[in-house]
Amino acid sequence: MESATPKVEEPVRFSTHPSRYHHWKLHVDGAVARLVMAVDDQHPLRGGYVLKLNSYDLGVDIELADAVQRLRFEHPEVRAVLVSSGTDNCFCAGANIYMLGASTHAFKVNFCKFTNETRLYLEEASAKSGQTYIAALNGVASGGGYELALACETIYLQDDGSSAVSFPETPLLAVLPGTGGLTRLVDKRKVRRDLADVFSTLAEGVRGKRSKDWGLVDDVFAKSRFDAEVKKRADALVAAAAPKDEGPGILLADVAPTRSEDGAKLVSSYRYVEFTVDRETRTATLLVRGPTSPAATDGKTLREQGSDHWHLRAFRELDDALLDLRFNHPTVGLLVLETSGDPEAVRAHDEALAGLGGDWLGREISLLVARVLRRLDLTARSLFATLRPGSCFAGSLFELALSADRSYMLASQDDDAPRIGLSSLNFGALPMSNGLTRLETRFLARPEHAASLRDVRHLFDHDAALEHGLVTFTPDDIDWDDDVRIAVEERASLSPDALTGMEANLRFAGPETMETKIFARLSAWQNWIFQRPNAVGERGALTMYGRPERPEFDWRRT
Amino acid sequence: MSNVSSERIPNNVDLASDRKLQRALEAWQPRFIDWWMEMGPEGFQSDQVYLRTAISVEADGWAHFDYVKMPDYRWGIFLTPPTQSRTIGFGDNLGKPVWDTVPGEHRNALRRLIVTQGDTEPASVEQQRLLGQTCPSLYDLRNLFQVNVEEGRHLWAMVYLLHSYFGRDGREEAEALLERRSGNEDKPRILGAFNEPCRHWLSFFMFTYFTDRDGKYQLLALAESGFDPLARTTRFMLTEEAHHMFVGETGVGRIVERTIELTQKNSNGDARAEGGIDLPTLQKYVNLWYSVSLDLFGGEISSNAANYFASGLKARAKEDRYEDHLVLDEVMSFEVPRADRSGFDRQDVPLRNAMNEVLRGEYVEDSQRGVDKWNRQLEEAGLAFRITLPSTRFHRATGLYAGLHFDPEGRLLSEAEWQAQKGQFLPTEDDETYVSSLMQRPIYEPGKMAHWIAPPAKGIKGRPIDFEYVRRQDI
Ligand SMILES: [Fe+2]
Ligand SMILES: [Fe+2]
Repeated sequence: MESATPKVEEPVRFSTHPSRYHHWKLHVDGAVARLVMAVDDQHPLRGGYVLKLNSYDLGVDIELADAVQRLRFEHPEVRAVLVSSGTDNCFCAGANIYMLGASTHAFKVNFCKFTNETRLYLEEASAKSGQTYIAALNGVASGGGYELALACETIYLQDDGSSAVSFPETPLLAVLPGTGGLTRLVDKRKVRRDLADVFSTLAEGVRGKRSKDWGLVDDVFAKSRFDAEVKKRADALVAAAAPKDEGPGILLADVAPTRSEDGAKLVSSYRYVEFTVDRETRTATLLVRGPTSPAATDGKTLREQGSDHWHLRAFRELDDALLDLRFNHPTVGLLVLETSGDPEAVRAHDEALAGLGGDWLGREISLLVARVLRRLDLTARSLFATLRPGSCFAGSLFELALSADRSYMLASQDDDAPRIGLSSLNFGALPMSNGLTRLETRFLARPEHAASLRDVRHLFDHDAALEHGLVTFTPDDIDWDDDVRIAVEERASLSPDALTGMEANLRFAGPETMETKIFARLSAWQNWIFQRPNAVGERGALTMYGRPERPEFDWRRT
Repeated sequence: MSNVSSERIPNNVDLASDRKLQRALEAWQPRFIDWWMEMGPEGFQSDQVYLRTAISVEADGWAHFDYVKMPDYRWGIFLTPPTQSRTIGFGDNLGKPVWDTVPGEHRNALRRLIVTQGDTEPASVEQQRLLGQTCPSLYDLRNLFQVNVEEGRHLWAMVYLLHSYFGRDGREEAEALLERRSGNEDKPRILGAFNEPCRHWLSFFMFTYFTDRDGKYQLLALAESGFDPLARTTRFMLTEEAHHMFVGETGVGRIVERTIELTQKNSNGDARAEGGIDLPTLQKYVNLWYSVSLDLFGGEISSNAANYFASGLKARAKEDRYEDHLVLDEVMSFEVPRADRSGFDRQDVPLRNAMNEVLRGEYVEDSQRGVDKWNRQLEEAGLAFRITLPSTRFHRATGLYAGLHFDPEGRLLSEAEWQAQKGQFLPTEDDETYVSSLMQRPIYEPGKMAHWIAPPAKGIKGRPIDFEYVRRQDI
């Protein structure tokens, strides 16, 4: 029962808008945007702690994620985004320690995962949307504060004798930087590992010229010149960027669902998504409806549809539902993925979107669909896809089935029998974290098979799907109910921890990327250390932080 | 002769055979002199000044008086001799032998403590560098320089620790101590009060009374440190600090004395009309320097402070007067302002986390003593005015009360009330201009005093008041 959770808390909601931000100020001035972190310390997401020194909690990061998303869709003219602090002498002190101390393990993991995703979105915006993030560190950036800077393409640090960058996690708290900081240090910034080692054990961090010499920042400027020098560089970046005729942006309408309760079931109804949580069986169902109106095949129509565009709307809804699942339904272990609609319509919309890849809005929608699908891959719940009559697992929606840990397709000869279809989007536009398509990852042993599927224009029935390896099982209508029910019940009975580890191992075959390393290490090392007595035991460093006594360690190494 | 020798640098740390220290000082000493020439007292570097120099730690050696040109001053390195088998007197390491070298575990924290203390020493010299040009007497000019060279020596004392115990990092920090500049936007000194301008002698006396007294309490707390070289270094520094506070206390006392005369002389009882510093203005400077000095103790609730105490790095002043040196069970209550400013909530904090407040409390008491003396002068003269220390909530930039406004009685004020009233509490630009206007010209004639200050009760080291404490060269 989900009510086994110790305290009933207000659910976390993810929709926000700059007009409602508590912690960030977003100013857009032509091609340069400023994201100013000015955390309202009296406004934590949940009570019980004060967000001192521009430290953040999930509420702060939800606003950041919203700002990054809106800059892409609503302000395509922006080329450079300056991230700085509105608090004197302090850029950002990282995730709030007391918030972490008061959180459940599951919340901490999901909090870190979400902040990591946001950092990656920032990097993707720099790499693919022509919006380059620049960290202007006008004060101390410690822990998650420096990790936020690391997610920017360029880091400038104020040279005033006190502003520093630091990773105090290991020396002060006996944990690790949780937002990919260590990985980015050596993989992205390519800081020498010995210097990174020194840096990561130096609680007070590194400032001034040394921070530049070590490659921790790109440049340092005196306080009196800092704003001007940073602005100059942002302007230079804008001047060097390819001119783009891209405005105006589109407004992102709120996608919040209507929610209802039906016995043990909670239903969130979006326009294209229906998300149902069954608290009794600890399972949830995500149903995505295919498009019903014609696709936009030119930029003008695309802009007219704006945030009502099917891909954009449906995947934003899916995203919201996934976050709802992660944060508000911790005991739901299995998510069943379903679709309904016309597979050909999905394919038509996919091809139209693929054809608009040269249009900024077309590109942004594809990138968003890809991000949401990666969010699904990274959701630590068992994922089963059930392909039923009337479903539309085609193209971008077939990616849901490919993302699933296994899939069940009804064997049927009826007219409305489920069919699978592929579209251009299955072959590169929607990569996983490992940089491969889901088909490439699925057929790692037979790359030529994945490639040959590109030529298949027709829909696959259950036999063809099974033969081509596109589904796991194809029970017929006599077996379906029992097979699926038993599989679901069996899955729901296994250890959630073992399943999380097992699924993560199996989902991300193939090459490592910075992204896969970050999430793998977050899941393995950071989560492990966060559970250990040296951090959270009675005398652990995290427990003792801010208390009068000092931590005690168990000195045995693994 | 090398600049780094036991003749040039009096010491009791066996500099002659310490190659590491020699090497470090050979690089640092010339830079220190450069700093002194650039940021030390301006316009007096070739004068002969009657100064005391510490040449040994013996009773007769720590105060050797003679004329010396300030750049030739022999800044020395002295540690109070070690106590045999001293043990740590507080915190989790209570009773264990003190450390003669820096424990790796506490290296960063110790370095931070030493750098923060060390940074205040040159800062005050920088703040005071122009004051000589408006001195009220040769006696005061000499005292200013005495304070300045000794702050220089305190810098040497902290640099000695950095050089001897912190390797390359320590050498870099020692360099950085010479690079920061008081009040400089780009390279400010670490602590707020040390970036406040000290434009005239009233502020100088308030600074030496209130801000040097913070120094005293920081040194007392560090003198208990489990890191023995730090404890011994700071113990010796305390002997010098006493004179600085003497300069402040007697300086303000002499102003009060003169102001009493001028108040009584004036038919309206207005000392300003007589060219003196009136008592309400004096009170504003008390409010200013006392409050910025309170900030130097740090936040009321501090995990750093708890950590320093727990680790045995920094104790309470005169720790042995306390009975419980573990301090695990006690709490201190605070009135914590509510976020919506509707009032205060009482909050109990483990005493270890309140160590800054414990030290501040002692400082408050100690500060009151001099104020009482000044008030006795007023009382004996039959004046009704009394100088008071404002509430510890007043005009604070760190801790629980930062960001809020209080009047000197500690009552919460709105932003509008504060803006309307702050000119009654703190010196205004007009006050600054007025006080500075009294001190336009220096007084170099032996024995003569500026109009706004009374002469001292006696001279230095048995010399008369009209002794030529500074022999001016370039006038
Ligand atoms: Fe000093
Ligand atoms: Fe002093």
